[in-house]
Amino acid sequence: MATASKAPTRGSGGIPVEKLRWMYETMYRIRRFEETMLEQTFKGNSMGVTHPSDGQEAGPTGICAHLTEKDWIGSTHRGHGHCIAKGLDTKGMMAEIMGRSTGQCKGKGGSMHIADFSKGMLGANAIVGASIPLAVGAALTSKYQHREKESVAVAFFGDGATSQGVLHESMNLASIWKLPVIFACENNQYAEATPSWYAVSANDISARAEGYSMPGVQVDGMDVFAVYEAAGEAVKRARNGEGPTLLELKTYRYHGHFHADVPEKYRTKAEEAEYHARDPIKGFEKRVTSDKSMTEAELKHTRDAIEKEMLEAVEFGLSSPMPALEQLYADVYVNYSNPPQGLR
Amino acid sequence: MTTTAAAPQTPPELANASEYGPGSPLGPGYGVAGEFVRYRDAFNHTLRDELRHDPNVLIMGEDISGGFDKETKKPLDAWGGPFAATKGLVQEFGPERIRDCPISEAGFLGAAVGAALTGLRPVVDLMYFDFVTVAFDQLLSNAAKSRYMFGGQTKVPLTMFARSGAGTGHAAQHSESFYSILAHIPGIKVVVPSDPYSVRGLLAASIRDDDPVFVVNDKKLINLTGFVPAQNYTIELGKGRYMRRGKDVTLIGMSYTSVVCQKAAEELAKEGVDAEVIDMLSLSPLDEHIILESVTKTNRVVIVDEDTPRAGMAAEIAAVIADKAFDSLDAPIKRVTGPHTPVPYNKGLETAFMPQPADVIATTRRLLGIA
Repeated sequence: MATASKAPTRGSGGIPVEKLRWMYETMYRIRRFEETMLEQTFKGNSMGVTHPSDGQEAGPTGICAHLTEKDWIGSTHRGHGHCIAKGLDTKGMMAEIMGRSTGQCKGKGGSMHIADFSKGMLGANAIVGASIPLAVGAALTSKYQHREKESVAVAFFGDGATSQGVLHESMNLASIWKLPVIFACENNQYAEATPSWYAVSANDISARAEGYSMPGVQVDGMDVFAVYEAAGEAVKRARNGEGPTLLELKTYRYHGHFHADVPEKYRTKAEEAEYHARDPIKGFEKRVTSDKSMTEAELKHTRDAIEKEMLEAVEFGLSSPMPALEQLYADVYVNYSNPPQGLR
Repeated sequence: MTTTAAAPQTPPELANASEYGPGSPLGPGYGVAGEFVRYRDAFNHTLRDELRHDPNVLIMGEDISGGFDKETKKPLDAWGGPFAATKGLVQEFGPERIRDCPISEAGFLGAAVGAALTGLRPVVDLMYFDFVTVAFDQLLSNAAKSRYMFGGQTKVPLTMFARSGAGTGHAAQHSESFYSILAHIPGIKVVVPSDPYSVRGLLAASIRDDDPVFVVNDKKLINLTGFVPAQNYTIELGKGRYMRRGKDVTLIGMSYTSVVCQKAAEELAKEGVDAEVIDMLSLSPLDEHIILESVTKTNRVVIVDEDTPRAGMAAEIAAVIADKAFDSLDAPIKRVTGPHTPVPYNKGLETAFMPQPADVIATTRRLLGIA
């Protein structure tokens, strides 16, 4: 805006209306991207395994609402929501999942390795827990360069990763070095098919924070307002040089572990219904319209625009060329003399 | 040997220093200014110079300064790193850049990869080479693959180093030489400097390189003395060198076995056998040119590696020769390696584990049909 800045109009939860619009758009984009991506996967247009995150939209949205492109996030195999919340282009994402040369990673990474370094997105990572120290490293860069105010890092991971040693090593490092990092555990309560009540010894994952001398906060991960508030505190601490925070977002994935998984084999219908009744998007719509922060017409306008965007993303992916075969050999190294090209 | 774009100029008298033997600038006479230093000092001085050269270079590892004063919280530099590799650096560069880490290899190697992805040039000391397995996922899944799987949009300017090798009584879990495991990984480079001159040039080149490089230091080399030119230089990654010219047989060494090969060649010379000695220096990239150039001339080859034999570097080099120089061979390709065992503790057993000059001599004699 060209005019002098004035206080933003605030709506639900005291959040600026502009931000509320972004939050709705982001959550709805994630939801529709996952549904559209699944359709395309089942049509055979995806080239591999995909892990949908619908149901979990409030986490990445409520956290990334506090970030800019100078902040970094690390992500997981279930990473589409993180990508979208960090501002990645859905065309490039869809084309990547379709393995096309126009994909975000030239069709060489796929659903589990989408990254955009220009947007501060360190990459989805298919080894459970493996991206957590990368986020710690990004925070180390920030602190090393005295840029904590403008650049913090968020490590997204699931409840499954809390059983990995590298999480505990990363939390310890971040704590002793007071790094600007937020450990964001999206506790969707199932690591593949294994329930967290079986696999995690702590009653609350947020309680793990105490052992590493950092605040641990448990939040309703189906409520973007609750996530936004808790993440705001954590990001503020990080920017102020006060060190890391562990956030536990209690959430639920609507689909199975991966596209062809049948969660009914290990989850009850009643449990699924309980979480669908607390749907983060429906809950948001209800709240912003009942307190008149946004109108139903505005919401519909956003939804319509995203439907159009999804059609365009699919069309872009399907009409994009496959990578040239030379791409097999490209970008292993910055430079390397005389690499063996496969012996035939 | 060449310089990289950002590297200091190599003096013209060193331009042909891949010839290491008599008559070369690094042979007797030493036509350049320099000094005799230990391998460990050459390593330390290179780290110091690279830290001075680029403010984004930092070193991470366990006890790389070592010890903190409880009152002032200041580092004590009580160890100065394993084998004093980083001694004295914390005084000049401070604890932010000489960053002592908890015993947490996966955590701090992963953090170093994250730092490399976001603009720093970390150098990670993994102490003993065996410890790379504790951090292996970060090396394999993140350091090696990020550039490729993200479609070339990033680079990982990371240097790792650790001490390999048997011979010091460190037993099975502190004596590994399995650099073949690292050379196997697309996305990682591996160098094995064998003397003060090469450790200086290869370490500087590794830190300035934009890819992840693992610098393997055999413990048996660390206190050896050698000539190092005064002027800074780099050695191109992926280039081997001739340590000795000969016509009867090629002896190929890497890391400490380059020293073993030279000793064997000196003894063989007394018997009238003129052996050529190649020091690989880099294992990935691998200098196939120098291997083939020598073997097509001598027609016989003995590859010497301290690592265990199955799927090791000696096997890889033998495969290159069999594939590309088969018609030049007058005899089978021979390997002298450690046995398919862990490294034993007992001094006699440990010595038997390691390829010795006598083993190389015996194998070479058999190859040449000398009784």
